[in-house]
Amino acid sequence: MSEFQSLQEVQHEVNKCMKCGNCQAVCPVYQETRQEVGEARGKIKLVEALLEGQIAVTEGLADRFLLCTTCGACTQICPCGVRFDKIIMGARAEAVRHKGLGSIKKYAFTALKHPKLFDFGLKTGARFQSLAFKRVSDKGGRARFPIGIDRKKIIPALAKVPLKDQLPEIVHVAKPKLKAAFFVGCMTNYIYPDMGRALVDVLTANNVEVIIPHDQHCCGTPVYANGEVATAIAMAKSNLDIFDRTGADAIVLDCGTCTDSWKHNYVKLLEQDTSGYKEKAERWAAKTYEISDFLVNVIGFTPENLGPVKRRVTYHDPCHVARSLGITKEPRLLLNSIPGLELVEMNDPGRCCGMAGSFSLTFPDLSDKILAHKVKNIAATNVDAVATSCPACRMQLAGGVENASLQHDVVHVVQLLAAAYRAKVQPKDQAAK
Amino acid sequence: MLPTQLIAELKSTLGAANVLTDKEDMITYSFDATAGMPSKNPDLVVCPNSTEDVVAIVKLANKYNIPIYPRGSGTNLSGGTIPIEGGIVLSMLNMNQILEVDQDNLVAVVQPGVVIQSLNNEVLKYGLIYPPDPGTVTTATMGGSTMECSGGLRGLKYGVTKHYIMGMQLVLASGEVIKWGGKTVKNVSGYDLTALFTGSEGTLGIVTEILVKLIPTPEARQSFLAVFDDVDKAGRCISAIIRNKIIPATLEIMDNMTIRTVEEYAKIGLPTDAEAVLLIEVDGYRESVAREAEQVLKVCREEGASDVQAAKDDAARDKLWAARRAALPALARVSPTTVLEDATVPRSRIPEMLKAIRQIALKYDLKIGTFGHAGDGNLHPTILTDKHNAAEMHRVEQAVNEIFTVAISLGGTLSGEHGIGMAKAGFLNMEFGPAGVDVLRRLKEALDPDYRLNPGKIVRRD
Repeated sequence: MSEFQSLQEVQHEVNKCMKCGNCQAVCPVYQETRQEVGEARGKIKLVEALLEGQIAVTEGLADRFLLCTTCGACTQICPCGVRFDKIIMGARAEAVRHKGLGSIKKYAFTALKHPKLFDFGLKTGARFQSLAFKRVSDKGGRARFPIGIDRKKIIPALAKVPLKDQLPEIVHVAKPKLKAAFFVGCMTNYIYPDMGRALVDVLTANNVEVIIPHDQHCCGTPVYANGEVATAIAMAKSNLDIFDRTGADAIVLDCGTCTDSWKHNYVKLLEQDTSGYKEKAERWAAKTYEISDFLVNVIGFTPENLGPVKRRVTYHDPCHVARSLGITKEPRLLLNSIPGLELVEMNDPGRCCGMAGSFSLTFPDLSDKILAHKVKNIAATNVDAVATSCPACRMQLAGGVENASLQHDVVHVVQLLAAAYRAKVQPKDQAAK
Repeated sequence: MLPTQLIAELKSTLGAANVLTDKEDMITYSFDATAGMPSKNPDLVVCPNSTEDVVAIVKLANKYNIPIYPRGSGTNLSGGTIPIEGGIVLSMLNMNQILEVDQDNLVAVVQPGVVIQSLNNEVLKYGLIYPPDPGTVTTATMGGSTMECSGGLRGLKYGVTKHYIMGMQLVLASGEVIKWGGKTVKNVSGYDLTALFTGSEGTLGIVTEILVKLIPTPEARQSFLAVFDDVDKAGRCISAIIRNKIIPATLEIMDNMTIRTVEEYAKIGLPTDAEAVLLIEVDGYRESVAREAEQVLKVCREEGASDVQAAKDDAARDKLWAARRAALPALARVSPTTVLEDATVPRSRIPEMLKAIRQIALKYDLKIGTFGHAGDGNLHPTILTDKHNAAEMHRVEQAVNEIFTVAISLGGTLSGEHGIGMAKAGFLNMEFGPAGVDVLRRLKEALDPDYRLNPGKIVRRD
């Protein structure tokens, strides 16, 4: 069993915690709230109390388990090797088993479970969004009315045409060395199709055929990260079936969180399955790659076809790319291989940006405070663009620099790479966008 | 149950957000970093923003006759912040400003919630350091480490927290505010309140401002690893280094069990067959470091080190100290519960102490890894156990008792740097005798007759 099925599964991790409090030094939530419940140690004490039967799952307890960006910094620094990432998922699943989801989340997750309804809703939204959001720049708009979203927060415009509607199901290349299926995460599909197009361009420039199954849907992270395991299992099975039909050699993604689903969490969610899905999940897990990992470690990327992109760029490590997947060198290697591009490291590039999916909606003020540290570190680098490897971080960072009146473009690494390939083919077009 | 009137008054004084009452939050303040201690929920957690807030809280606590437990980051190893009699936990973390860095007088003024490393990061901009560096330097607060008189790796040359405290502002149990000390190097007015309050573990007053001494950053440093096939030789080497008038900034020891565990965990290339290693660092002006480095090499060889290596560069140095820093984490991973002691002896008695600890481990059939600050005699016998194993925990208790007895018989002390708190309160008699403990009690009662502040720590009301 995994932590998603039973809280008992995290007992061993809970026992390992010696309560030293080293997690305080790196926990982005604790750094702001300075309350014990913010850090891993405090929440571990709560899980301990729950396991020992001293407390029951209350509304208050469930809320406190949400107070975590799942950035993984505590797990990385823990001297005792406590896997807090497992504990928090187990605690949230336990809370949902006892209390159910909050009503807003329940509504949203029902939509995610029914991709057609979700797709229709967001497409309709794209047409009418100007009614609700005031466009402030090409990075997005602020809410015109108090509609449950922090009015300071920059919400990017929904794409007029989602990515999957822009691309055919197969993008052919002359003599493909590999066939890669592109798992298009929700944010790439509905908000940042430019990222997805860039990924396709980079793959085809490397002679890789790209398959984009149009019936694929949300990976399920927002669902299981909030403890709703049954729905997540249904979504995982459906995605596995859809990608099984592609016959692809690998799955490639532009989002660390979705990659984490395919690489780690589908296997855990389906651990008890006996109808063949567990094996399917394991098979695909071994063939799932974040784009920079795929380029550098699978297909032997070389920089010879890259043209110049003259920009000063700093790189933000997304939590799930850097810590869940352990990928930090590859994106930097790609950026450094672009002629004319200067990579300037910011302080603490791996510190969480505060987005963390629905965390930023549940705790908007806290999310903004965490973001402020990141924006300060970005501003100190004196660059003109911020690169990252996650659409959610991109959204958060874009809002952060906009609200701080900075002029940075915030882009995915793969967009800069795509620009470099274009610059080689059409030397005049050196824009990175 | 607390009177609802008290909660209402606190909320109106501090703002509702700074008064926690939910059971879920109380559980998260029921413990600290000390293994083997009982947990106890407070009734209330309050987070003051100013000295005035603290005064108001103390006055209300007096009015309603409720104890107060001042708390920084809760990283102490003596049960020092556990609210054992219930009452109010006073979380000082909102008071986290560095108020002043004075380069001319080499002092800084800080609020108690400032994390030690934050102060160091700030003063480093001026080429200064605040030397006390407990293992928790990135988490522990200035208030907590002042009240615990924390030590750390640089104790041998630079001393411990009390050597850097030049003044304080405190709220007394009565609610009165006192301020003493200042920026002068010399100050003999009245009794030495630095000595009284530093290390008082929050039992005599609540610190709300601290004036600390800073020193210039050493220009150069050189680290060494000396390997010994015999613990006695390592022990004699420690004394010989000092006898040769070299005072290293850091002089650390790891025993064979620690070496093997660290090597297994971190694969740093430590000699697993060595009985002991010494990690040595000298610092200061470039010229003096070069001269002392030669002498360290010479003394280590003379004292029978089977191997001595000087770190060639920063990377090699970092690797050495990574090995030392990995000691506790590596040991902690071996078993669920880690009982970390800090019995301390004169440095000349280190070989005897190490031997005694090994015998105690055999006698009680326990895994004990020992490492620590050999240069100042402060060892960390670390017992690897499991709190769910009642029989073994009983043997742990007996072993700890015996470690204390040996340390004191060798002219040492119960605690070099962790403090007495709840964990060692029962052993004070062993070190002070009844009359000595009574002096401690009379000091406590002179300043806090109602045991309002951090009751159950150091001296108990019986």
